[in-house]
Amino acid sequence: MAPVVDQGSAGPLFQELKGKFARDIRAGWQEPPIEVIVIAKNSVARVARHLRDVLGFDALMDLTVVDYLGYPGGKKPARFEAVWYLQSFGSGRRVRLKAAVPDTDPVVPSLTPLFASANWLEREAWDMFGVGFKGHPGLKRILMYEEFSGHPLRKDYPLKEQQPRVEQIHPGVPPFGARPKALGGE
Amino acid sequence: MKRPPSSAVPGSLEAPVSWVATRLGDAVAWGRKYSIFQYPFVTACCGMEFMSAAAGHHDQDRFGAAFPRFSPRQADMLIVVGTINHKIAPVLKRIYDQMCEPKWVVAFGTCATTGGFYDNYATVQGIDTILPVDVSIAGCPPPPESVFDAIIKLQEKIQKEGWEAVQSLRRHPSIGRTVPPRLRPAEWRRW
Amino acid sequence: MPEAEKTTMHVNMGPAHPAMHGTIHIGLELEGERVRGSEVEIGYLHRAFEKTVENRTWNQAIPYTDRLNYVSPVINNVGYALAVEKMMGIEVPERGVWIRMALCELSRVTDHLTCNGAMAMELGALTVFVWFIKAREILYGLLEEATGARLTVSWARIGGVTGDLTEKFLAGLPEAIKMTRQTVAEGNKLLVNNRIFIDRTRGIGALTRDEVVSHAITGPLGRASGLNYDVRRDLPYLAYDQVKFEVPLGVNGDVYDRFMVRVNEIEQSLRIIEQCLEKLPAGPVSADDQRVTLPAKTQVYTEMDPLIHHFKLLMPGHGIRPPAGEVYQAVEGANGELGFYIVSGGTDRPWRVRVRPPCFFPMSALSKMIEGGLVADVVPAFGSINMIAGELDR
Repeated sequence: MAPVVDQGSAGPLFQELKGKFARDIRAGWQEPPIEVIVIAKNSVARVARHLRDVLGFDALMDLTVVDYLGYPGGKKPARFEAVWYLQSFGSGRRVRLKAAVPDTDPVVPSLTPLFASANWLEREAWDMFGVGFKGHPGLKRILMYEEFSGHPLRKDYPLKEQQPRVEQIHPGVPPFGARPKALGGE
Repeated sequence: MKRPPSSAVPGSLEAPVSWVATRLGDAVAWGRKYSIFQYPFVTACCGMEFMSAAAGHHDQDRFGAAFPRFSPRQADMLIVVGTINHKIAPVLKRIYDQMCEPKWVVAFGTCATTGGFYDNYATVQGIDTILPVDVSIAGCPPPPESVFDAIIKLQEKIQKEGWEAVQSLRRHPSIGRTVPPRLRPAEWRRW
Repeated sequence: MPEAEKTTMHVNMGPAHPAMHGTIHIGLELEGERVRGSEVEIGYLHRAFEKTVENRTWNQAIPYTDRLNYVSPVINNVGYALAVEKMMGIEVPERGVWIRMALCELSRVTDHLTCNGAMAMELGALTVFVWFIKAREILYGLLEEATGARLTVSWARIGGVTGDLTEKFLAGLPEAIKMTRQTVAEGNKLLVNNRIFIDRTRGIGALTRDEVVSHAITGPLGRASGLNYDVRRDLPYLAYDQVKFEVPLGVNGDVYDRFMVRVNEIEQSLRIIEQCLEKLPAGPVSADDQRVTLPAKTQVYTEMDPLIHHFKLLMPGHGIRPPAGEVYQAVEGANGELGFYIVSGGTDRPWRVRVRPPCFFPMSALSKMIEGGLVADVVPAFGSINMIAGELDR
């Protein structure tokens, strides 16, 4: 059955990368079948190149960002955390690279020279979180429209704040539970 | 659309004219309601139920509403299937504007009617905020039986609009002459 | 280059286009009928799944997962539930596992039928579409019997499923499998050796194995290009390691191979469902775990402790609370590896739910597939991707 996440010991990949990249590799643990490695954000291009060319991790399966503003589950080193998930189709190994991205410098090296899937994945991370990718050929919005201002998946963007583009012929129903105007509501 | 009250005095010329015009309106409405050409503006999951309603098992051809016309110039019913978000809303409005009169709009599914449970920054909370809607179909997604219920209700609505149908003919002088004030009995019988 | 010297014409295909499944905008640079350049624009069905789910409880997120890949909703439900169960260390009982697997495969069959039918329709073979939709209707009837809804089932729960399969479902399933096989065989007779179909799909939209790996394309498209990867076999979840099935592979990676891979996958899925029917164990379908499973209604209405337990599982602020941490669970969606990366803050709402959409990656390779081809080839190439906008744009 599905194994429980084991946040105990670091795996073999962690040892190998630690040997090569020393200070850039911060921590590691195993979540079978994936190995998780925490790195410094500016080293991701070097580490990914080593993983691809030497260790055979040939695909960037996923790339995302998590916003930890107000996270109740413990202290995090920075506001954002960028997460890359690489896989080797040959050997079946999987690795998740995580890097803390501070709010003051939300720029990360781009992996577009290494993997073709990075192009759109990084555009989506930029669109939703505002994390920039240095070296990306054309970082523009992919899911939202160009006139949209703000980065919606950030925790300080309200869920229901709409930026409509078409003039409304009559406004929609007021939100459930809103007080009617006659009784002092908006 | 209510019919204007008939001020026809019996024995005058207005009574037969308005009788004929009403019958003409009914006939035109009958033709319109049984030959609906839909423009399916399909975006999301409701599209699957739209496909089910259009295919062989539940057959919408029975109602005369078979052929989707994928050009707004050739369609008269804009059926908005699925969630509309703010990115695609201008496209929808433009398609609606490009359609010729008479046209009707059907909001298929809860997302098109009210925004559904997507109460967030991206979703238009019902297309009736940007287009005038004639019939809304509830359901997430609505089963094909609800779709047919809506088509039948729309057909009843079109039938009631008969008078307006004749007026729209009058707005387009290129379509034939307006109804003459006096019709010879031989021509009456052709109806 | 100045307008007068440009030899190409810019033509927009979509977003309101019959063959674009409604929500894709391809800006084509055409020189006559040849596509010289293209730009694919997505996001026309972005419904803010990820942000909305952060504002719902763990079980309330399940209807939203239905509407990701809405042609195979059970797979999305089960994938999400498996991820949360992994985080909490919950084991679903045997029977629950096997019926989840059976309905996942049933959903996969409906997805492939819809994809192949729609692709055939866009090439002009409307008959095949109507036949496949007829087969799909019967499967929808079965899904309605088992889950209560035809399309958006919301069937899985954290810790199990909503309810057991009924007698009517188990009785109707063998007949439905036979009918599906027959329908697919009839569709094959019309298309597989059809000169027109072959001419329109052979060599179109081909991707090499290296391109597929670099774009991280899995699923039927990856397998059609020779990438031998299937999450069910390589990272087994549910009970896939206890059933026998083959993974069809293609050679050229063109539209014809993708079509045939899907046809063969329907057959393999039907085999898995038959094995599930044979081996279905008896027992409960939901985990007997205090943290997630609601107590039986008879107890809730008569005894005090189950009533309090029921209250604590449903009231806001209480409820299911996985420990703080993160997890990634991959399942084999109909389009490829569907991954859920979930971060929990220890509260009753998810902190972040990231969906790895399998059709996002072939869409990023669409430009490569159509450049150099004819405009008419855009339609089968795009249809073979089985782009489902609910999943692509989330």
